[in-house]
Amino acid sequence: MTTDTSTPLPQTVPTDRPFARGLMPAPMPVQFLDDLGRRVQVFNDDYPEPSSEQLVAAYGAMVIGRRFDVQATALAKQGRLAVYPPSRGQEACQISSMLALSRNDWTFPTYRDSMALVTRGLDPVEVLTSPHGAAHCGYDPRASRTAPQSTPLATQLIHAVGFASGEKRKGRPTVTMAFVGDGATSEGDFHEALNFAAVFKAPVVFLVQNNRYAISVPLSKQTAAPSLGYKGIGYGIASEQVDGNDAMAMLAVLNKAVAHARSGQGPVLVEAHTYRLDAHTNADDATRYRDSAEVEDWGRRNPIARLEAWLRHEGLIDDAFVASVAAKAEAFAADLRERMSVDLTVDPMSLFDNVFATPTPQLLEQRAMVQAELEAEEASR
Amino acid sequence: MTLNDTARPEGTPAPAAQQVTMSGAINRALRDAMSADADVVVFGEDVGTLGGVFRVTDGIARDFGEERCFDTPLAEAGIVGYAVGMAMAGFRPVIEMQFDAFAYPAFEQIASHVAKMRNRTSGRVNLPLVIRVPFGGGIGGVEHHCDSSEAYYAHTPGLKVVTPATVEDAYTLMREAINDPDPVIFMEPKRLYWSKGFIPGAAAPDAEAFQSFGRAAVRREGTDVTLVAYGPSVDVAMEAASAATDSGWSVEVVDLRTIVPFDDETVVASVRKTGRCVVVQEAQGFAGVGAEIAARVQERAFHSLHAPVLRVAGLDIPYPPPKLEHLHLPGVERVLDAIARLQWDDDADTRFFPDAHLADAGKGGAA
Repeated sequence: MTTDTSTPLPQTVPTDRPFARGLMPAPMPVQFLDDLGRRVQVFNDDYPEPSSEQLVAAYGAMVIGRRFDVQATALAKQGRLAVYPPSRGQEACQISSMLALSRNDWTFPTYRDSMALVTRGLDPVEVLTSPHGAAHCGYDPRASRTAPQSTPLATQLIHAVGFASGEKRKGRPTVTMAFVGDGATSEGDFHEALNFAAVFKAPVVFLVQNNRYAISVPLSKQTAAPSLGYKGIGYGIASEQVDGNDAMAMLAVLNKAVAHARSGQGPVLVEAHTYRLDAHTNADDATRYRDSAEVEDWGRRNPIARLEAWLRHEGLIDDAFVASVAAKAEAFAADLRERMSVDLTVDPMSLFDNVFATPTPQLLEQRAMVQAELEAEEASR
Repeated sequence: MTLNDTARPEGTPAPAAQQVTMSGAINRALRDAMSADADVVVFGEDVGTLGGVFRVTDGIARDFGEERCFDTPLAEAGIVGYAVGMAMAGFRPVIEMQFDAFAYPAFEQIASHVAKMRNRTSGRVNLPLVIRVPFGGGIGGVEHHCDSSEAYYAHTPGLKVVTPATVEDAYTLMREAINDPDPVIFMEPKRLYWSKGFIPGAAAPDAEAFQSFGRAAVRREGTDVTLVAYGPSVDVAMEAASAATDSGWSVEVVDLRTIVPFDDETVVASVRKTGRCVVVQEAQGFAGVGAEIAARVQERAFHSLHAPVLRVAGLDIPYPPPKLEHLHLPGVERVLDAIARLQWDDDADTRFFPDAHLADAGKGGAA
């Protein structure tokens, strides 16, 4: 018997649970440690506690990372760097994102993720080459498995997706960690990246460091979403929100997110609630858009002190260990200071080296012109 | 008679040559490149099952599989950015922007990343990818489907900009583009998709055999005037050159083939020989590729010139509705008018005199 009714519309709400709560983030940020470093249960049931080794490593990386960041800010104030966008206060996000990855994984950072790159093991001098003025990117992206730090916001997220897809198509088990801030979640490329990642099931972890301000614009003017973690749901991406100043929570969630992506189940979006304690860059005046009470309040959520308190409580570290880490951080900063004090020489002819694999005749003409100018200048000295 | 309707172009391998449309030639180039290199992948909007709105990728998904040729979500910045990542992972993506104006959302990806990656990374990361852009008008298309966008790309250091005028070139230039270690914007003249010509037969040569980038082609030899054109305007220049013989002008036609790299040598050699030059482009004229060519010719061949280099270009208007596009597009008459103004009698060209509107238009020396 024929019928004049069409096929019923499909059920559209997924019933499987690809991540902790299906696609939904927890109703409040996942937390393992409170502000005083006491172990708490805040929507963390689905996440195994990170190993002691990983937590101790995280503590050391945060101390060195913060020291690096403070040193870089000082170098910018001294004029040694053209600019430096600091991440002091965001240490838990910066170091967890790297400790959750394997050596062969890739990362696609922004300009504010220098601390993460140092955690990854990149030479800090090479990380700071760009603001130092010698080249746009000082490190070798292939050798370090780290894409050049991206300034055009959210644009590199799509590269992370294409790269992760490419690796998957080549049969390699690579995961990519893609960084974005709260402001850049308003960019179109953020949304296109999420959509492509979901459609192609790309092994990408999107880490949104919500530090509350896009330069001066507060989150309330950026979005009406209850949480930036919700932005994954519409694309079919498993999402979570985490206390971004709780290193244990960050590691627990990112460990699981990386494993999820690596296992072929697709991308994960993680929103980390954190705070940039310093201004946007050394050229910015944060007092124009936020009051000191707010900064002090966030200062009390110090990710390093929280983890240190818990590690001491568990007997995993002691005074001697803390002192040795502090000494290591000071030595790291001293080495950086010394190496950054050397005046740079850059080959002027390198201007023409990497426009194309083979320079065009027009570039060769311009090269000859600059060469002649320099030789004339030299001769007139 | 246009270049693409003539018999087999000179030099084409005769016995094995195959007659195809330009769209078919690009299709064959994609297939040959994909057969030769497993890293060549094709993706974009509607390029999979459908074979593209112009059928350029017809049958490729079927024959090479979904892994090699696939549809993406409808987002141009996403397509280009995804290709950047795929190239970093070792692929050679060939991607389609469905129409010229639809590529604008991807402009940031192209200008800030595609063009600059090699430079930003001091040569450590290169992007061997091809961005196909069906471009230009003359097909009665509605708004946003007929833009000539080549100047945006040509103005961006780090991009090669290619536009074939013949079916044979569509094949060989595409093979060369895919083989290139740097990103190539491959501008396909929409109105030539159905033109016919010859490409190599079954035994296609290796991509290394094609060396046309930066080498303009002299499509017709002449002694009095050089017409410089590219892409969809080469046919117009060829027709004008034929018509010009009625007035006794012997016209040489230079087809750039690649806007970047630009072949100063061939263009300037031709102008030195003829002493006169007209640049023909379909795009709006102001600040366009034609302006660059005119400037370069005058910088390099001033003492050989008997007249200013003139431009024949589209009007400086947003692309008009179909019923009016014939007035916008540079045609044979406008090219012939420009040739007529090339100081043949050494009288002043009054067109740009302050009181030109009072003068008897078209009569030299009226002022």
